[in-house]
Amino acid sequence: MNEELIVAGFGGQGVLSMGMTLAYAGMVEDKQVAWIPSYGPEMRGGTANCTVIVSDTNVSSPIISSYDTAIVLNQPSLEKFEPKVKPGGILIYESNNILNPPKRTDIEVYSIPANVEADKIGNKKTMNMIILGAFLSKKPLVSKESIMEGLSKVLPERNHHLLPINEKALKHGMALIN
Amino acid sequence: MAKKLLMKGNEALAEAAIRAGVKGYFGYPITPQSELLEYMATNLEARGGVFVQAESEVAAINMVYGASGTGKRVMTSTSSPGYSLMQEGISYMACAELPCLLVNVVRGGPGLGTIQPSQGDYFQAVKGGGHGDYKLIVLAPNSVQEMANFTFLGFDLADKYRLPVLILADGALGQMMESVEFPEYNPEEHLVDHSAWATTGRVDGRPQNYITSLHLLSEKMEEINVHLQNKYKEIQKNETRCETINTNDADLLIVSFGLSARSSQKAMELSREEGMKVGLIRPITVFPFPSDIINELSKKAKGVLVVEMNAGQMVEDVRLSIKNDTPVAFYGRMGGMIPQPDDIVNELKKIKD
Repeated sequence: MNEELIVAGFGGQGVLSMGMTLAYAGMVEDKQVAWIPSYGPEMRGGTANCTVIVSDTNVSSPIISSYDTAIVLNQPSLEKFEPKVKPGGILIYESNNILNPPKRTDIEVYSIPANVEADKIGNKKTMNMIILGAFLSKKPLVSKESIMEGLSKVLPERNHHLLPINEKALKHGMALIN
Repeated sequence: MAKKLLMKGNEALAEAAIRAGVKGYFGYPITPQSELLEYMATNLEARGGVFVQAESEVAAINMVYGASGTGKRVMTSTSSPGYSLMQEGISYMACAELPCLLVNVVRGGPGLGTIQPSQGDYFQAVKGGGHGDYKLIVLAPNSVQEMANFTFLGFDLADKYRLPVLILADGALGQMMESVEFPEYNPEEHLVDHSAWATTGRVDGRPQNYITSLHLLSEKMEEINVHLQNKYKEIQKNETRCETINTNDADLLIVSFGLSARSSQKAMELSREEGMKVGLIRPITVFPFPSDIINELSKKAKGVLVVEMNAGQMVEDVRLSIKNDTPVAFYGRMGGMIPQPDDIVNELKKIKD
């Protein structure tokens, strides 16, 4: 197994932490992982993205130009990364933030209204966990338990009271795609 | 078995430095290196060292000079424009034979350039950088694990040879997270006795220890130069390090260091799937440069491709190393762009016949 994934959206949507949680979870399961953030001008108010690689073998190149999966949370990210999904790959997008949906037919496309679903859960900031749950139901790279262990590392301790609601969001997301 | 941690390269390097017994860190923030300084600011004082955020890189390197004079393990870290500012102090340290660890998390230049990763500071790193005839030992990690490992190694080599050792990284290695395990390392077992030269206060009966890089008599200055050159020869003999992958049956060779060696390794895997016999030579020390092994392996190769994140710098050292007719080609990206494995495969196809 070698999954090369990009998560992209606005700063503040939990893009970097979603990717980092997945990377931690991979490490918990003794897989080789790499997490590479965008740290350039896009961090300053525009788009943010991170690449995550989870592999059973060595991660040779951490810098890649095409992806097995793209998770996109805003329109600019969709335009940038839709063409970079490998044929047969997966594209998951947040439907409230994207007006012009993807057009490719050679990839699997899933639209997740994660903002609305996060509202239902009762915490808008769990949007990223809903999307992550949806992704994991399509590609169970790591277990839910490992994700929660990863999240406990990513969330500072002062926010650990939010772990249960994030777990709820993760499960909720997993049930959205079937 | 040590515990696996997920860390940024900058953080892993800082943690390794603390475990290696660094007693002084002096630096000035600059992207994409700042997490290293932040980690030191948060952790170093509680773990037995001194942290100073200097008013500039010029001040920082001079603080390193002064602190190194006490014989303690000291370091600084910066990124390209900041490293340029430090050159005068580094040249002074090379002359005064002061050990320290330097870290350049390279970003795209010239000028203020971009904060994205680059290898554009290769010449500056391996050819001296500042004025005068001097060299540093330059270690080029290509993973977060090596950012940590080479920190321990760097301090050891700096102490052994009494010179600044540079870790030549780049923005991506600094920013990306990978799993890292810290080796068992007890600094007490590695510390070298510097009492013969360090300025640690008056000791009765001992001649005065005096640290300077100023020697106005030419005869004396030449003597010091000869001594330094002999030391660099010794380093070339003993400390050249390089990794070779799949070179046994290879008729095409990639030579690449640091992050671009990761892209190159992927390109090697992809081209082998297509039946091309590609091997990779990765210099780990870019000074001393692994010339002999490159020359040796090039003898049976049809071509050599050098891949870098610059306009073609290490390729000059590869060409100087190869003493046969094997053609040397170059592929590079600049300004913060990174060579992609597919593009490297295309370059290999151009030279395979």
